[in-house]
Amino acid sequence: MNYEAVIGLEVHVQIKTRSKMFTRVASGYGHEPNTLTDPVVLALPGVLPVMNKAALDAVIKAGLMLGCEIAPVCKWDRKQYFYPDSPKNYQISQYDQPICLGGAVEIELPGSARNVMGEHKSIPLTRIHLEEDVGKLNHGATDSLIDFNRAGTPLMEIVSEPALRSADEAFAYLTALRAIMVQGGISDCDMEKGQLRCDANISIRPVGQTTLGTKVELKNLNSISFVRDGIAHEIKRQMAVLARGGTIVQETRDYDGQTGASQSLRSKEMAHDYRYFPDPDLMPVQVDQAWKERLRAGCPELPFDRQRRYFTDFQLPYTLTSVLVWDRALAEYFEAAACAAGNDKAQAVGNWIVNDLLRELGQAGLALADSKVRPEQLAELVRLVDTGVLLTGAAKEVFVEMFATGEAPAAVARRRGLEAAPTDAGALEQWCREAIAGNDKARAEFKSGKDSAINAFKGPVMKAAKGKADPKAVDATLRRLLAGD
Amino acid sequence: MPGADELDIDHVAALARLALTPEEKSNFSRQLGGVLQHIEQLRKVDVTGVEPTAHAFPVVNVWADDVARPGLTTAAALRNAPAQRQNLVVVPKVVE
Amino acid sequence: MAAEIHYQTIATLAARLAAGELSAVELMQAVIDRTRAVDDRVRAFNSRDEADALAQAAASDARRSAGEAMGPLDGIPVALKDVIAVEGQPLTASSRMLADFVSPYDATVVKKLRQAGAVLWGRLNLDEFAMGSSTENSAFGATHNPWDLSRVPGGSSGGSAAALAAGEAIATLGSDTGGSIRQPAAFCGVVGLKPSYGLVSRYGLIAFASSLDQVGPFTRTVEDAAMLLQVLAGHDPLDSTSFTAEIPDYRAAVCAGPRSRRLGIPKEYFGAGLDPEVAAAVRAAIAFYAAQGWEIQEVSLPHTEFCLDTYYIIATAEASSNLARYDGIRYGHRSQSAGDVTELYEKSRAEGFGAEVKRRIILGTYVLSSGYYDAYYRRAQQVRTLIRSDFLRAYEQVDALLTPTSPMPAFRHGEKADPLAMYLCDIYTIGVNLAGLPAISIPGGFTQAGLPIGLQLIGRPFREAELLATARNYEQAHDWHQRRPNL
Repeated sequence: MNYEAVIGLEVHVQIKTRSKMFTRVASGYGHEPNTLTDPVVLALPGVLPVMNKAALDAVIKAGLMLGCEIAPVCKWDRKQYFYPDSPKNYQISQYDQPICLGGAVEIELPGSARNVMGEHKSIPLTRIHLEEDVGKLNHGATDSLIDFNRAGTPLMEIVSEPALRSADEAFAYLTALRAIMVQGGISDCDMEKGQLRCDANISIRPVGQTTLGTKVELKNLNSISFVRDGIAHEIKRQMAVLARGGTIVQETRDYDGQTGASQSLRSKEMAHDYRYFPDPDLMPVQVDQAWKERLRAGCPELPFDRQRRYFTDFQLPYTLTSVLVWDRALAEYFEAAACAAGNDKAQAVGNWIVNDLLRELGQAGLALADSKVRPEQLAELVRLVDTGVLLTGAAKEVFVEMFATGEAPAAVARRRGLEAAPTDAGALEQWCREAIAGNDKARAEFKSGKDSAINAFKGPVMKAAKGKADPKAVDATLRRLLAGD
Repeated sequence: MPGADELDIDHVAALARLALTPEEKSNFSRQLGGVLQHIEQLRKVDVTGVEPTAHAFPVVNVWADDVARPGLTTAAALRNAPAQRQNLVVVPKVVE
Repeated sequence: MAAEIHYQTIATLAARLAAGELSAVELMQAVIDRTRAVDDRVRAFNSRDEADALAQAAASDARRSAGEAMGPLDGIPVALKDVIAVEGQPLTASSRMLADFVSPYDATVVKKLRQAGAVLWGRLNLDEFAMGSSTENSAFGATHNPWDLSRVPGGSSGGSAAALAAGEAIATLGSDTGGSIRQPAAFCGVVGLKPSYGLVSRYGLIAFASSLDQVGPFTRTVEDAAMLLQVLAGHDPLDSTSFTAEIPDYRAAVCAGPRSRRLGIPKEYFGAGLDPEVAAAVRAAIAFYAAQGWEIQEVSLPHTEFCLDTYYIIATAEASSNLARYDGIRYGHRSQSAGDVTELYEKSRAEGFGAEVKRRIILGTYVLSSGYYDAYYRRAQQVRTLIRSDFLRAYEQVDALLTPTSPMPAFRHGEKADPLAMYLCDIYTIGVNLAGLPAISIPGGFTQAGLPIGLQLIGRPFREAELLATARNYEQAHDWHQRRPNL
């Protein structure tokens, strides 16, 4: 029997705010233990929560980017369970009235080759809601230690429909989702810092069956690769269980990315009964059209929309777009440079960015923001090459110099004497005559109509000119001489 | 409305994380049985179409701007902790 | 009347302090002396810091001599129910759970009192976590009614009422979730005001039932209540349920007298179980207002019989959640016999909480548990809507309601052993909390046995000024509030 996998992902994304979700002590990562607390974070007797407006803005913005319906009114509920990392022993969350409903994440599956675009799919979302993060437990040999710095950090939970069918799709989903969150300025989504966390619900069923199989929840998938590997492993495990006539048990499993194995987490003695009820300490949130429009104005273009625009507006090849669109700053840099250079030079601009700029940045260990080469300078460099002032080899040298100093390309070329020779017509004609005289075979071929034979003369001319001749002038001179031959 | 006899004291005490003595269990079951019986008269009220009141004076959108302010020092945060080590709160080992 | 210093009003003492007849240190010392003399019998206080109080008083005197007095409350000793956080001081809620807890922060009302120059004086006993009507449910022992030490002072703010009645403070703060200010005020013969929900910040008040709790003052006169409310009221950005409105000059409004003249008598508040002496006192009060030219109207609050059940569902549900944080991990009592984390929770909470708190946590957990939410909590919230509508409808005809505060005067220690019998003490006070209204209990007479009787006046939402003026109208024509217990 053929089986297919059915996968739904629950992704938690920490929202990048200065202060916490329900109190104004600073939010942050990597601080000394228990230095980011206040009476509210520690749930001391008598404290009360107050919503963080910026976190609301961020989750609404995320919802708008993902095409969700933003609820006109949403409220807060207490999700009650006892756990040492949860100071109140309830988490303020949203139960039956989440702030965002529906929406979708567009994903791209792997293509047949690296330079071939893969199939696109739209993965529908169930909901997005806002809640607060818990503290961090560190397990020692005989006891556990709690740091409450993370407790109360704004956290949104993005729940997908069970619409993913493979580990690759899950990988693509997370890649796209992460890029959207990062490009929207909602989160840095660093999985190592726990800013993006993913749980997967996985089941398998015979192809053609519409009901869902028994699902297994996979936890602790703490990198995007582990998500892919863990899901692939779980699908294989479930297939093997069924193949030997077993049944899938509903359970939570822990995937260890280092060993590539998973194990069942001790089942809870009691089924969860979270006793949700509306939090009486908080008032509802009402989102009107004006608020949404204000946030919509700040939403960046989604990566795949940008890619489609690059195809149509700039005729960029897939390989270039697939580098540019996943980094908002890089894409914006490209667009600024392409705009300055002209749309017909966009591909050349893209090549300079993807090949040269990224290489130099990588070697220098710098971020794009640190680049001394401004987009308009790069556009100017492309123009100098296009007009023959700089030859390709010389331009590469100029770029390296620009990258180091931030000088304008023309200034670098002049200072370094890298400009193509200002045409000494006499010398050029002399070098051309010598080149034609030195290659009878090419001369005959050109005369018999093979136009490309002219290129055979250009090398010697350039060599004689020490690379500084203007290729257009060389071409024109050769043609004139050959015509009058 | 569920009957007063449905109160499963062991289950509820476990949910509430309260270790009750057998005596407490029998006392509470009896006393709360009486209270729940009294509460059953709420069944008489016609609440068709009545909106629940969560707040006596509901308003919306009560929030604060995202400005970080100083919190507690670590010493103040841990001052009341029954057990601590290396500026962390200690609990018996948690098994997931 | 030349009362002893410790029995004078805020208004009198503020004038004497301003005139230089008395220093804040002298005043504080008089209150300390009185407390030392009587509190071993009354047992109103959980903790006192005399040195700290005297230092605050000295600071007040220094301000005054520098011409920088901060207002009428500067130098007035105000003691607090032990559920209100004061930085650096114990905060116990009269629970073993918090026996060793020291607050690292100030409640908003405490900040406001400090800004007004009041001397924060001692923390007062209560029913554990404010759950009770007698102050017998305290881990640190019961408080005694100064009028009859064999009787309870009421609850849950019994310490706040008893301390004031015994002259151990000039004013006190309490909290009221279902009558916890008004009922002890009635039992102890003092003025107790429960403000409209949202008028006074709850930040720093240990939560019992978040949608019902309010902080309010205990004072000797209505004018004093107005003076203290002036300091306490106002929007707090740290409390999302706090009301945003202009705060009127309460004292001026009170002294100007009431503008309204229509008094409603809810017929459901005079049913079976009402003590005849209490009923007679309320009838006398009705007659007084009628004689003053008020229009008296009988009104109906038809859902009154459902208030108690609605209250016990909502209050216990919210309490079960609010008290989940007391787990012995970050603070509070931690069991020494716990092997694992689950045992740590279960034993710490079993050892830390008293019987009434456990009972209410169990009830609240049950009504929120899977499958019961709609039948209990949601239904109670719907009935709450109807209860609130009853009041708002009554206010279309009248400007205030007059009722007994409590069906009976102070009862004896141990008299109400059955929880349901104790819960029935609150029948006239809990509707006000469910509807979020302001209400005040004022001295309205004495029983033949010499026990105080309280009258309850219930006002329109956020119309405390009018309510206080109405109450003062009665107070000015009677001298019940000037009587003192024989201690």
